[in-house]
Amino acid sequence: MMLSAALFMIGVIGVMVRKNIIIIFMSIELILNAVNINLVAFSNQLHNAIGQVFAVFVIAVAAAEAAVGLGIILAFYRNKETVNIDEMNLMKW
Amino acid sequence: MAQAIAFYVLAAFILGFAVLVVSTKDTVHSVLFLVLDFLFVAALYVLLGAPFLAAIQILVYAGGIVVLYLFVVMLVNLKRAPEAHQDPHRRTKLGFGLSAAVLLELCAIAVFSNAQPAPAAAATNALAAMPVSGNTEQVGWLLYTSYLIPFEIASMLLLVAMIGAIVLAKREL
Amino acid sequence: MIDQVVIPLLKIVIVLNATLVGVTYMVLLERKVIAWAQSRLGPMRVGPYGILQPVADAVKLMIKEDITPVRADKWVFTVAPIISMVPALIVYAVIPFGPVVRMFGRDVSLYITDVNVGLLYIVSVASIGVYGLILAGYASNSKYPLLASLRASAQLISYEVAVTLTLVSVILVAGSLSMVSIVNAQYNSGWWFAFVQPLAFVIFFIGGLAETNRAPFDLPEAEQELTGGFHTEYSGMRFALFFLAEYANMIVVSSVATTLFFGGWLPPFPNTAAFHFLYYIPAWAWFLTKSFVFLYIFIWVRATLPRYRYDQLMRLGWKVLIPLAIANLIVTGIVKVVLM
Repeated sequence: MMLSAALFMIGVIGVMVRKNIIIIFMSIELILNAVNINLVAFSNQLHNAIGQVFAVFVIAVAAAEAAVGLGIILAFYRNKETVNIDEMNLMKW
Repeated sequence: MAQAIAFYVLAAFILGFAVLVVSTKDTVHSVLFLVLDFLFVAALYVLLGAPFLAAIQILVYAGGIVVLYLFVVMLVNLKRAPEAHQDPHRRTKLGFGLSAAVLLELCAIAVFSNAQPAPAAAATNALAAMPVSGNTEQVGWLLYTSYLIPFEIASMLLLVAMIGAIVLAKREL
Repeated sequence: MIDQVVIPLLKIVIVLNATLVGVTYMVLLERKVIAWAQSRLGPMRVGPYGILQPVADAVKLMIKEDITPVRADKWVFTVAPIISMVPALIVYAVIPFGPVVRMFGRDVSLYITDVNVGLLYIVSVASIGVYGLILAGYASNSKYPLLASLRASAQLISYEVAVTLTLVSVILVAGSLSMVSIVNAQYNSGWWFAFVQPLAFVIFFIGGLAETNRAPFDLPEAEQELTGGFHTEYSGMRFALFFLAEYANMIVVSSVATTLFFGGWLPPFPNTAAFHFLYYIPAWAWFLTKSFVFLYIFIWVRATLPRYRYDQLMRLGWKVLIPLAIANLIVTGIVKVVLM
């Protein structure tokens, strides 16, 4: 559980600090992995397979989110030629 | 004993590679460290008694999602220099500050839930009567009986995500 | 103690050595077979009938100059051939060469280990092999290898889907993910799975051809296109490693096809009393013979068929093989439920 919390923290730091949006997405994957580790650890502790089932769902959702997110990044890159999150301000007033 | 040593070694590697993922300047190296991280997490799953999940992790995460990231990084990196530093200090301090707030929240949750231990026995007994043994079979049994609806919804989600990704990445709509 | 550590180590050493020697001699086999298909003799000078040719090849590649392109990413450049080779070798941990035999007074199982998610392990390891291609192209820091590697990896991941779907239908019929149980299921049902699931076998074989970048799907490494593909900038031992990785992948696909579809170590018509005399031939001999037949078919196909264009290749993978594999899966599921 400590490991999961530590990994979660590293992921959150990554999301807050880095400016390259692809690295932000990868930090989100790290966060999701931290959650998975937590689920599997509890499933091992309580001798119940529910944790692993939930972890399978988390992996499926992460795959879907990565695909769509990277599609959005590609579309954005084609328009604005940047991956720096500070310059992605199309919706700013 | 050997299990504890293995766990700590794996944990050290996982955290080490995670820090490298977040702090490397070069994006491609970052992606490679992410792959290594996922492989070590899969080894951790095997240690924790979930071989099916470990294989799924390698197959989907390390073999699919990170390949996708690598493709996008290569398509985007083709003419870019590594990210230029435009006033990084203010951002970084704010980022670390927010992370410290999240850490405080996590500690608060851990302390609060330790005060009232949740009834763990009930969940174990309710599903102990499963007619199959073996890890993969148990996961499969749960997926197809108790959790059938989330399973179907997850497949719908994947279908929608697939169509969405194809539409988003097309050049002309 | 000796059963836990020494015997598996010994098995690993034997299997690795056999694989590496086999891979080196595959080079000679391929050149000979293609030569015979073209009415010529192939390498004949080095040693009697060219037997020592792989040794000459190995020496030549080892003493070649090791060039690293300027401004190439040195770490990634070095690691890419290793990433290509390692998955092809570690798959052998779960492939069964034979049942449990009695040797030197002990019960020794002729497979390194029997993981109960064995087939899933093979598929996941195969999906890691894609990284070697992508990283090789990227690390070379020049246009042609990058484009070639992106094309090659797109080809690989497309055919991975079709292959995985056929493997799921095999799992449905066998009822387990462990390789040894699949062979035992073929023994129990009395038929090799190639007769129970012919369409799955055909799709698996075509997918295997595409996965290992073999003709007719070898556009990524053909010399006439993209000046040599993703290993343009590699020379000497690293190029040899890529080459050997491809042959090792071929042997892996042959072994997996043998285990899943052709009975592993079982003789034809297992479990029928009339053919019991076939059991006198040792089990591993059956396995090696069948794998060898598949390798021969790989080389035969290369000598015979012309190359697919890239868009034809992708069309075949996505629009033909995947729907067929899904249809096979649905029919298998329905038949299994009806027969239960």
